[in-house]
Amino acid sequence: MPEHIVKAYDEQLKRLAGTIARMGGLAEAQIADAIEALVKRNTALASTTVESDAKVDELERDIDNQAIQLLALRQPVAGDLRRIVAALRIASDLERIADYAANVAKRAVALAQVAPVRPLHAVPRMGKVVREMVKDVLDAYANRDVDKAIAVWNRDEELDDMHSSLFRELLTYMMEDPRNITASTHLLFIAKNIERIGDHATNIAETIHFLVVGTPLKGSRPKGDMTSFAVVQPKDGGAR
Amino acid sequence: MTLYARRRIRNAIALALSGAAMVFGVAWLAAILWALLANGVSALSIAMFTQMTPPPGSAGGLLNAIYGSAVMTVIATLIGAPVGVFAGTYLAEYGEGSRLVPVIRFVNDILLSAPSIIVGLFVYEIMVVQVGHFSAWAGATALALIVIPVVVRTTEDMLRLVPNSLREATAALGTPRWKIVTHVLYRAALQGMVTGAMLAVARISGETAPLLFTALNNQFWSTDLDAPMANLPVVIFQFALSPYEDWQKLAWSGALLITFVILILNVVARALASRSKKLV
Amino acid sequence: MIDKTMSAEPARTADPIRPPVSVATAPTETPAPGARPKVEIRDLRFFYKSFEALKGVSLAFDDKSVTAFIGPSGCGKSTLLRVMNRIYELYPEQRATGEVLIDGRDMLAPDQDLNLLRAKVGMVFQKPTPFPMSIYDNIAFGIRLYEKLPKGEMDGRVEAALDQAALWDEVKDKLGQNGLSLSGGQQQRLCIARAIAVQPEILLLDEPASALDPITTSKIEELIGELKSRYCIAIVTHNMQQAARISDRTAFMYLGELIEFDDTATIFTHPSNKMTEEYVTGRFG
Repeated sequence: MPEHIVKAYDEQLKRLAGTIARMGGLAEAQIADAIEALVKRNTALASTTVESDAKVDELERDIDNQAIQLLALRQPVAGDLRRIVAALRIASDLERIADYAANVAKRAVALAQVAPVRPLHAVPRMGKVVREMVKDVLDAYANRDVDKAIAVWNRDEELDDMHSSLFRELLTYMMEDPRNITASTHLLFIAKNIERIGDHATNIAETIHFLVVGTPLKGSRPKGDMTSFAVVQPKDGGAR
Repeated sequence: MTLYARRRIRNAIALALSGAAMVFGVAWLAAILWALLANGVSALSIAMFTQMTPPPGSAGGLLNAIYGSAVMTVIATLIGAPVGVFAGTYLAEYGEGSRLVPVIRFVNDILLSAPSIIVGLFVYEIMVVQVGHFSAWAGATALALIVIPVVVRTTEDMLRLVPNSLREATAALGTPRWKIVTHVLYRAALQGMVTGAMLAVARISGETAPLLFTALNNQFWSTDLDAPMANLPVVIFQFALSPYEDWQKLAWSGALLITFVILILNVVARALASRSKKLV
Repeated sequence: MIDKTMSAEPARTADPIRPPVSVATAPTETPAPGARPKVEIRDLRFFYKSFEALKGVSLAFDDKSVTAFIGPSGCGKSTLLRVMNRIYELYPEQRATGEVLIDGRDMLAPDQDLNLLRAKVGMVFQKPTPFPMSIYDNIAFGIRLYEKLPKGEMDGRVEAALDQAALWDEVKDKLGQNGLSLSGGQQQRLCIARAIAVQPEILLLDEPASALDPITTSKIEELIGELKSRYCIAIVTHNMQQAARISDRTAFMYLGELIEFDDTATIFTHPSNKMTEEYVTGRFG
């Protein structure tokens, strides 16, 4: 696409995309740090991760301001309009992603206080998948790559499956030994947070499709998260 | 010396030269007007408007000449103006793309600047010679021939000044062409066209040459259009050339009268023209 | 029209040199299937002397809708409008070929009565063009061309037209004044009133607000919105936002060709053609 006749318009759009990229980078790092703090039981890293959430929030406000100014002053249409609307949506998704990462970090602090539980290895696996999803979706945004975005969108099913099985596993642990309940409950929420990050990454993928193609991504997203319906029966007759 | 100072000096020189040229030109005009006023006003009297042109040596006025001039001017305008308006309308509105139009326009421009004595000679040949005597009709015809090119020109120019958008807007309602011209364009160009006609009247009211060969002159009161008729320019011409002092005086006052009438016509025409420009 | 399957394809793959030219005759394009479009233009070509200003344009649009024509200067959008009431025939060096069907009848046919066509297809121009006569006569002029009405009835028609053009309240006490004494916006509404007074079916608006200030422009736009319920309106505008605000469908033209014709919302959110996109986003034109 050639440049606008009004050069300042192009510069403003570029700055907006740049801010999104920075925000994405921060969110991505937060996910990585939160998982690492969790695995390594590193409370100091966990604390800095929680604190850096404020920076992401600030970037979101910056993007909001930039987008509102562009809308008001340039009356964007077509591709330009979609770029700005997409920036608003992606910023809000990234803000949520960063929130969830901070939440994971907070719980990592709590988990460091109690004895480790076995299924801990499943959480970093989920973390790895979600990090890849966020990274891919940010790449797809930077390169306007719809195919890559659709791949992210499809990958969410994998994450959901992992979450479901972890959910069942943790329920089983809690039944086996009530001493596991504290750690397991935190892990349950952490897994849920990671799963939600995946959902926001798929939102971003949908936004990229809208941004590039101009129409919403058709077809319903594969839903892998079955935990709302999960029931685990205790081995020795806890329930009637 | 600075650039700016040099420019100021050059400017002053140029201004002085053009001022001098202007004074040179206007001085002659002022001298003419002064001579007219000095000689004409002293001869002005009520008798000028009430009595006929006298034989040499007796008192008299210019009534028959004033009447004759007025009659022939009116007839010439009544003949010339409509013909001119129609022809001008053709050139501006109907001649689009026709090869005839540039030719007509060129011929009209020649006619516009043709010496009026040629017009007089022409009418003398086709009317006076054929009929065998001078007549007011011939005089009016010669004047009409002078009116036509002026009115053709102004009509065409004024119609061309009407923006095309007005033509399109009128046509877009489904207006037939003749109605576009008569109901809208003439209305828009009216003041300019009237101005043109008045300038034509101003011009013919001072013409001498074409009348010398056509209406000639008449010492007496005559309303017969088929007979020679007195008129101011020829009377002035004859009286001014005569050796009689009272005739010369009448010639001066007649000249003053014509000048005054032409001045008024021009002033009115200009006032109308400036108003019409504002409208378009 | 551009096939719907194409829109799923990213617009950047479109060939910028020879854009896909829309074909309006595709039956899927008319919003109300079965209903015949009010105006149907087929393979319209237009020549100024030997210069081809329209290169085979085909499109159709419906009654009681606003169709906007946008494109850079010289794209042929005004020319297209001027063909529809054959106003171009005032100039002998201009000619058109192809068909302009109104209710299925070809208006370019040589036996079509010009004045009847123009009674059916009203036009309002860029510059307000009040006639040099009273406000009343400005309106009555057009009516008198077609009908001989008694005074009372004529008064009613004049009032109705001025009322429809949202001008009545401003001029009802000075109907005898010269139309040229009104302000620019009032003059333009007077011209709209004059056009609708002869009860046309189609209204052609050639940049009707481009010479007016923003507030007056809003009034004209509001008026167009109201007139839509009665007439088939085609508007040429240089102001893309205006096209976006007031039209149902938008046609983008470039160098005498119809590049894209679609719902206005589509043109301004996700046009199919790369050139359309570049034009509406202010990258060329």
